[in-house]
Amino acid sequence: MLTVRALTRLHISASFEVKDGECVALQGPSGVGKSLLLRAIADLDPNEGTVELDGTLRETVPAPHWRKQVTYVAAEPGWWGDRVQEHFTTWEQAVPLIERLGLPSSCGTWDIRRLSSGEKQRLGLVRALMLHSRVLLLDEPTSALDAVSTSAVESIVAERVSVGTSVIWSTHDKAQAHRVGSRLFIMASGGRIEEHSL
Amino acid sequence: MTYIQLSYSDLALPALLVVMNGVLSIALHLKLERHLAVATARMLVQLVLVGYVLTFLFATVSPFWTAITALIMVLFASREVVARQKRRLEGLWTYGLGAGCTLLAAGTVTVFALFTQLRPEPWYHPRYALPLLGMVLGNTMTGISLGLDVLTNGVTRERAAVEAYLALGGTRYRALLPVIRDALRSGFMPTINGMAAIGLVSLPGMMTGQILAGVAPTDAVKYQILIMFLIAGGTGLGTLAAVMGGGRLLTDHRHRLRLDRIGIDAAR
Repeated sequence: MLTVRALTRLHISASFEVKDGECVALQGPSGVGKSLLLRAIADLDPNEGTVELDGTLRETVPAPHWRKQVTYVAAEPGWWGDRVQEHFTTWEQAVPLIERLGLPSSCGTWDIRRLSSGEKQRLGLVRALMLHSRVLLLDEPTSALDAVSTSAVESIVAERVSVGTSVIWSTHDKAQAHRVGSRLFIMASGGRIEEHSL
Repeated sequence: MTYIQLSYSDLALPALLVVMNGVLSIALHLKLERHLAVATARMLVQLVLVGYVLTFLFATVSPFWTAITALIMVLFASREVVARQKRRLEGLWTYGLGAGCTLLAAGTVTVFALFTQLRPEPWYHPRYALPLLGMVLGNTMTGISLGLDVLTNGVTRERAAVEAYLALGGTRYRALLPVIRDALRSGFMPTINGMAAIGLVSLPGMMTGQILAGVAPTDAVKYQILIMFLIAGGTGLGTLAAVMGGGRLLTDHRHRLRLDRIGIDAAR
């Protein structure tokens, strides 16, 4: 279980829990601090407060190890290599997921600079899924995708949730929030989190 | 050894070449005339002063005054390192990194040369120690400032890539590695290019100076080769220390990218 208590980063402040195998939808207006919250949980920015995974305090775990367990997936993933394949430790294991998301297995040799936003978003998600993290922090993971790809992403994430992965899914799409979430957090202006019924 | 002595009045005619540059700048609206005038005035004052200072130092051969002069040179070099960067590390860190790495690199190779190849008596004799330090310092400073400039610009530009690597559980060193490699290459390149072109495209100032002062070209060449080796060593050491130190300061103990530690020089 992910426990967040009095987590503070700039103007945002949040306390909540996410159980194993639970997907929480996170909504709120643009610029309210949804990404800041997800990044703070992953410890990618300086922040204050308490974050625990199964009672283990985040600060007692080396940061790289924490992020392999609690993984943030950006809406616009970054790329450090020239080719798609360079960003995957074991490309062969990633191929089935990549194909399910509508991309060919040959895309491993593709030049990163020629990828569309949607291709980058799908590949960025698969790259994170390969870690088999305990918690996925998805920051608008389908914002650049069409309906078919969005449905495929939702299906893959739902499978992970069914085997115990916890997910916080930030989205502007109200219908999607209802489809993927078992609970709904609304971030109001001022950076406070309010839980709403679905 | 004999050489043709120059008086200050002999320099008036060559100074017209700089005046010509100023006229060109005004005619072509390059807006460089003020910078040119300030740089020329600084060069004149600094060199005339250093001539008197070195005369005093060579006459006294004092370890104290030699060390003070070396320290002042290092401090000015670190100030130049900072001034040449578009994006600087904020606070005293940037000066500390510049001064620390310049001192470490230039100081180490200068002392190495004094104790091994040159062996003057005493070892700190300013006639050898200060010109040697000056030459190594100038090149080390260039390497460090280029390396740090590429590092801070690269990290800012590649933020998404660095953070993606960190978000997937990568360490800060591995996440910064592509940018660190670019920064080190940039810091090393002027020295490598300089060594490749020397003798064919350019005759270095020190060697030319020795030849004009009457030293046999074959002896001047040996000194120049020594200097080039020292410059290569100093630049490599200084750039490596500065880039690795800079990379450490741009991240923190929780392997987070800390771009908030970079300021922007709005003047550039």
